[in-house]
Amino acid sequence: MAGSVDLIEGRSLPAAIGRPGPSAVHRLNPLTKATLATTTSVAAVVLGGLVGPLLLVAVAVVLPAIAAGVVGRLAKTALLLALPIALSAFLVNVFFFPGAETVLFRIGPITATAEGLGFAFEIMARIMAISGAVTLFYLTTRPADLVLDLERRGVSPRVAFVANASVQTVPAMVERAAQITAAQRARGLDTEGSPWRRVRGIVPIVGPVILGSIAEVEERTMALEARAFTRPGRRTLLWSPADSRAESLVRWGLLIGLVALIGLRIGGVLA
Amino acid sequence: MTLTLRGIGYRHAGAPRPALLDIDLDLADGTVVGLAGASEAGKTTLCLVASGLAPRTVGGRIRGTLHLDGENVDRWPMHRLAERIGIGFQNPATQLSQVAGTVFEEVAFGPMNLGIDRDEVIDRTWEALEAMGIEALAERDPERLSGGQQQLLAMAGLLAMRPEHLVLDEPTAQLDPAGTALVADAIGRLARSGTSILIAEQKTDLLAAVAGEMVVLAEGRIVLRGPTAEVLADPRLDEVGVALPSAVRLRRAALAAGLDPALVAETAA
Repeated sequence: MAGSVDLIEGRSLPAAIGRPGPSAVHRLNPLTKATLATTTSVAAVVLGGLVGPLLLVAVAVVLPAIAAGVVGRLAKTALLLALPIALSAFLVNVFFFPGAETVLFRIGPITATAEGLGFAFEIMARIMAISGAVTLFYLTTRPADLVLDLERRGVSPRVAFVANASVQTVPAMVERAAQITAAQRARGLDTEGSPWRRVRGIVPIVGPVILGSIAEVEERTMALEARAFTRPGRRTLLWSPADSRAESLVRWGLLIGLVALIGLRIGGVLA
Repeated sequence: MTLTLRGIGYRHAGAPRPALLDIDLDLADGTVVGLAGASEAGKTTLCLVASGLAPRTVGGRIRGTLHLDGENVDRWPMHRLAERIGIGFQNPATQLSQVAGTVFEEVAFGPMNLGIDRDEVIDRTWEALEAMGIEALAERDPERLSGGQQQLLAMAGLLAMRPEHLVLDEPTAQLDPAGTALVADAIGRLARSGTSILIAEQKTDLLAAVAGEMVVLAEGRIVLRGPTAEVLADPRLDEVGVALPSAVRLRRAALAAGLDPALVAETAA
């Protein structure tokens, strides 16, 4: 189903605007995909254990990713996203799990335990579900489409803009950091070698990255103000992503299911 | 329709001294006023004040008044001013809205904010893209364009707003000669359609080509003003750190080499 792009007399929108995505998952309404990512992430935490979150990964992340043809990119991105936190959670739980008694092995004063290892796997399953769900959303949805869809539903463009800009700030900062690192290296900064050297090398990069980003925020604010972004009243929308009654039902179903899951957890039905 | 600045003084928040002092400037229908000066002379600040962004968005303290067609606009909100006065900045990357997936939607962002009819938004957008020669980029992702292409895109975004007055702060800083020529063409066309333009530029060749009048700033004050040809020929231009346009440099070199002054003047004319 195409986006609601109308041809008008005379000139029309470029063909790429509102062009249906390459797969059924891409073609889902952005809010449906955002709801799926959110409910999957929260449900993974509420379910706990190992089986529940892994089932969620299989059903709500891997299957849609196969359908969308993004499994490879999803695996790579989700792993990169989850690796730092998953690794630290794994080590902390394996070696410092409170009250654990079954010793697996010892390294000097620290002890790896079976209880810690089991809990570490559970935590990693939840992290996988969350990073997988979020990555799937961003691999199959243009942020601009979500903004448009939220605006169409009456959400303030400012709220939608802030949500989108926050997400886009991360890659922009990464790019800026790479540029500053290259510039500092060209002037002799050593960012390789021993861990201590690497840490020392970060210091002259962090300052320019943060200050540059702050200065950029001011420039962006001015540019938005100069284009009447703060004007009260509704904006004109050129098109909006397609939606359907079925998708609306799916969204409500996901939300009701999540609320029921939370109820079962609070009521002690879920172990 | 005239944009008038009277007795403008401006000090940035926390700055030890004013960035602008006693600025009087008129931007009448269809006129292009060039703004030159060394770095830190106050060009960008004057652009911010003339567009209304200073002090509304950037803070600081202002003296003097800004009038549109005789009406004092000091208390107008920024979005109301934005419908009448457009401003373009040096850095094209920060002028992107970050909410547009295509170049077309980026250019349409401003008109969409105005809440005007959808068909008119589309017409204005195509017109602006064509004016900047970038209609072939309409379906591209704005974030993946080169710096020069992004600057042309930012200009197209301004044109689509159809402002009565346009303030441009070094709009060709990242452009090659072909891109600079497109900007010059667009400025000429806009001026002929009645838009008044204040353009701050280091490239005095561009100012010589597009501006009928010129003001030169030094330490926040206007030190030279008048018809562009006269200002650019003024020997004091060197003293205030403004690069001379190539035509003036050539003329001076020819005279210094002992060529007949009458012949040089005739050739220049």
